[in-house]
Amino acid sequence: MREKITYVLAAIVGALLVSNLYTILLGLPDEANQGAIYRIFFFHFPSAITSGLCAFLSLVGSLMYLYRRNLWWDAFAVSATELTLTFGAIVLMTGMIWARIIWGIWWAWDARLTSTLVSWLAYASYLIFRRAIEEPTARARFSAVISIFTFPGVIISWKSIEWWRTQHPGPVISIRGGGGMAPGMEAAAYWNLLPLAVLALILISIRLRQENAQRLLDGFRRQAHEI
Amino acid sequence: MDSRNFTYMFYGFAAAWAVLVIYVITLVSREKKIHQEMDRLKKLIEEGSRK
Repeated sequence: MREKITYVLAAIVGALLVSNLYTILLGLPDEANQGAIYRIFFFHFPSAITSGLCAFLSLVGSLMYLYRRNLWWDAFAVSATELTLTFGAIVLMTGMIWARIIWGIWWAWDARLTSTLVSWLAYASYLIFRRAIEEPTARARFSAVISIFTFPGVIISWKSIEWWRTQHPGPVISIRGGGGMAPGMEAAAYWNLLPLAVLALILISIRLRQENAQRLLDGFRRQAHEI
Repeated sequence: MDSRNFTYMFYGFAAAWAVLVIYVITLVSREKKIHQEMDRLKKLIEEGSRK
């Protein structure tokens, strides 16, 4: 039943992504100043929100692990962290490609870019450190602490374009007081956020199942070793 | 449409999709490894308990 729901959701996500791609590439006009390259925003912005959402889920999983001491929450946190990194990589890469055309450079050490990169590296270190610790409860406790201390970096990255005015554009979406986009264009960004966020949730659930299977596997390994 | 602008837009879209596809491939390969290891260990335990 659970697998069927996953397949149905994945099919809906696929259909929405294809329909959105059609709208983004053929339905919307070029932007007056940026031309075609502004369309990268329709992946950059939803991926940033999705990555932030996954980081929040990782924080919830980490806090719940420390509160309940149940390894399921640790598995949930690591699954969400992997998706934070995946969507974070999309944000960084699409941003750099956009910057190459609009700014003429691939990278600038401004507040938004630097804080995003630092947060991404901190979440990457979370996964690297996990591999170094064998004992599951020590690994879970250590990972939870890293995740909790890394999350403020996501908030700093989110608010950085309001706190400091540097190279990265200020808020453009209307709910953040930007108003720099035509309503049709902004709606397309939200429509692409929906399938990407649902896709992240689907991938977290698959990854979570794998993490729990891995724990079962460790139990089998111990059993086989005793025999 | 500026052709350079369009090319980089394509790079951006391709990068986004490539990251997602690579992640999904790692998930699938991890799933395969878990199943293979599970089957191997189950057989090992069954054989061990028979002895």
